Amino acid sequence: MKKLISAALASAMVLSLAACGSTDTGSNASTGTDSTATAEASNTGSTTPIKLGGIGPTTGSAASYGIAVMQGEELAVNEINEAAGYTVFEFSFEDDEHDAEKAMNAYNTLKDWGMQVLLGTVTSTPSLSVAGETVNDNMFMLTPSASAVDVVETGDNVFQMCFTDPNQGVVSADYIAENALGTKIGVIYDSSDAYSSGIYTAFKAEIEAKGLEIVAAESFTSDNKSDLSTQVTKCQNAGADLVFLPIYYNEASQILIAADKVGYKPTFFGCDGMDGILSIEGFDTSLAEGLMLLCPFSATATDETTQKFVASYEAAYGETPIQFAADAYDCVYAIYQCVQNGSINGDMSVSEMCEALKADFTTMTFNGTTGEGQTWEANGMVSKPPRVYVVTNGEYATAE
Amino acid sequence: MQFLSYLINGISLGSVYALIALGYTMVYGIAKMLNFAHGDVIMIGSYVVFFAFGSFGLNPVLSIVLSMVVCTILGVAIERVAYRPLREAPSLAVLITAIGMSYLLQQVAQLMWTSNAKSFPSVVANSSIFKPVSLFDGQLTISAETIVTILACVVIMVLLLYFINCTSAGHAMQAVSEDRGAAQLMGVNVNATISLTFAIGSALAAVAGALLCSSYPSLQPTTGAMPGIKAFVAAVFGGIGSIPGAFLGGILLGVIENLSKAYISTQLSDAIVFLVLIVVLLVKPTGLLGKKVNVKV
Repeated sequence: MKKLISAALASAMVLSLAACGSTDTGSNASTGTDSTATAEASNTGSTTPIKLGGIGPTTGSAASYGIAVMQGEELAVNEINEAAGYTVFEFSFEDDEHDAEKAMNAYNTLKDWGMQVLLGTVTSTPSLSVAGETVNDNMFMLTPSASAVDVVETGDNVFQMCFTDPNQGVVSADYIAENALGTKIGVIYDSSDAYSSGIYTAFKAEIEAKGLEIVAAESFTSDNKSDLSTQVTKCQNAGADLVFLPIYYNEASQILIAADKVGYKPTFFGCDGMDGILSIEGFDTSLAEGLMLLCPFSATATDETTQKFVASYEAAYGETPIQFAADAYDCVYAIYQCVQNGSINGDMSVSEMCEALKADFTTMTFNGTTGEGQTWEANGMVSKPPRVYVVTNGEYATAE
Repeated sequence: MQFLSYLINGISLGSVYALIALGYTMVYGIAKMLNFAHGDVIMIGSYVVFFAFGSFGLNPVLSIVLSMVVCTILGVAIERVAYRPLREAPSLAVLITAIGMSYLLQQVAQLMWTSNAKSFPSVVANSSIFKPVSLFDGQLTISAETIVTILACVVIMVLLLYFINCTSAGHAMQAVSEDRGAAQLMGVNVNATISLTFAIGSALAAVAGALLCSSYPSLQPTTGAMPGIKAFVAAVFGGIGSIPGAFLGGILLGVIENLSKAYISTQLSDAIVFLVLIVVLLVKPTGLLGKKVNVKV
C-alpha cells in the first residue's frame, strides 16, 4: 500500500516537473522570435542553469587546498558560461574548515540554495559524512580531491576525480616494474599518515606480485622526522637501487639532502605529494636531478590543455595552480561534457540528474588537465594513464 | 663500520638535543619553571639566521650573532611580559602560560613566514676551518655539521659551568636557585637574575637553532616544537637543573634513538626512547645526574 502511494506521489511529481518543463519551453517559444534559437534550446533540453555546489576548507589548516579547489571550479564555470553565451552553470561554494560537522551544515545550506550536483568535498574526513547524506538524497557527488577509498565506497552516486591512495601505489609499482627502474627496492614512508601508509601498503603488495624485492622498508612519524639520515643509511646498506618515497615533498627534500651527504645515489621515485619539491625556498634543486614522480598534474607540463589552464588560472588569481585546482577544474568540465552530450539539463530533479550522470560517467571518456582518456568504474573510482615526470635541469620533463 | 656510522648519526642528533636541553635545564634550575616556549625561540632564531645568511648572504658568524641578539631580546621580553607577573602564582599557571606562549610564537611565525617549509643552508657548508672528516678510506664520513655541533655543545657547557661557579652573577643565580626569598634578603636582585637567565638561555637557543637546522635542513614554524620536547625529555633524563646532566641526557637520547632505529625498528624508535626514559626514572627519579629535588606540580 505504502509503495503504491509513493509510486503515485512520485509519478505526480514527475508529471508536475514535466509540466514545468513544458511551460518553460512554451514561454521560450512565445518570447523567442528567432525560430532556430528555439530549436537549439529545445535540442539541448533547456537553458535553465544547472546549480553546482562546492564544499571545502577555505579557512583553517587545510585552507590552501580548499581555496585552490574553489578557484579551479569558479574558473571553469566562468569559462564555460562565457563560451556558451548563456549561464550553463550557477556556482556556489561553502566553507567547511576541514570539519565534518561544518561540512554537513554547508551541504544543507547548498541544498536550500537549490544545488543539483555536488563538486566536493575537498578533504577526505568531511567527505565521508557528506557522502552518506548524498546517498540518502541521491545527489550526484564528484569529489575533486578526497582520495580515501571509503569515500567512493559510500554509495554508487559518489565519484572521484583524483586517484585513490592505494591506486597511486599500484600504478607506481607497475610503472617501476614495467620500465625496469630497479630490482632492489627501498621505501621510506610516514607511518603516522594515512596517505603515505595507504600508498605503501598497496605498493608493497603490487611490487611483490611483480617479482621485485623490497630490501628495506623504513618509516618515520610526524613527531619524529627531524633526523631521517638513519633511514637513508639503512636503504643504502641494504643495497636498494631505487627508493620509493610516498611522502610529501618537505620530508623528501630532507631525504635527498641526507642521501647526498653520504654519497648515496639511487633512483628516487615519488607520488603526487612530491609535487612542489622544486619550489622549496632555499632547496638546492640540483639534488633532485633524476628524481621521478608520478603526478596526474603538473603546472610545468607542456601539453596544450595544461598550458591554457595554467595561463588563465594565473591571469585570474595571480598564482600557479596546484593539483587540487586542476582536479576541480576537470570536475566542472566533466559535468559540462554530460551537458553537451544532452543527457542532463537544469530542469531535471536532483535524483534524475544523478541517474543520468551515473550512466554517463561510467560510459564516457574524458580528457582534462589531469590526464587524457579518463574513465570511471561503476564504483566511482577514476582510471587515468599514469604521468611520470623526471626532474631534468631543475624542471619536470615527461619520462620516456 | 655500519655501527660506527649509526653511532655518529646518533651523537650528532644527541648533541643538538643537548644544546637545546642546556637552555631548558638552566631556566628550570634557576627560575624553577618549564619554559615550553624555548623550542619556539629556537625556531625564531633559525628564521633570523635563514634570512640573514641564506637570503642576504651575511657572514655565518655574524648571522648567528644577530640571531643571538634577536633571541635574547625576545626571551627577556617573553619573561617580562608573560612570566614575571606570574612569579607568585601557582606553578601550574606559569606552565600553561608557557604553553600558550609557545603556540603564540608558532602562529605568529606562520602568519609572518607562512607554513611552507624552507630548506635551510648549512652554516658550515663552505667553512674553511671545519671540513667533513673521512675515515677508513671514505667508508665513514663525519659531517662538518656534526663536528661543529659537538664542539659547540662542549664549549658552551664548559663556559656555562665556569660562569655559574666562578662569577658573581653566577653565584647570584645559584643563590636564587637555592632559596629565592633568602637571596632577595641578602641583596640579590631576583628579577634581574632571572632576566639574565632567560637572556643566556635564549642566546643558546639561537645557536641551537642554527646548528639544528644545519644538520636537519627543513625550517617551518613547527620546527622547534618536537626537538624542544625531546630536549626537555633529555634534560629530565639527565637530571633537570644539572648542566652536565643535560649534556649527558641529550647525547644518550640521540644515541638510543638512532641505534633503535638502526637495529630494532624505525617504527618503534620513539616508543623505545620513552621506555628507556620511564625505566631510568623509575630507578632514579631525579634523573642520571640530578640532585635531590622536591618538584612541586
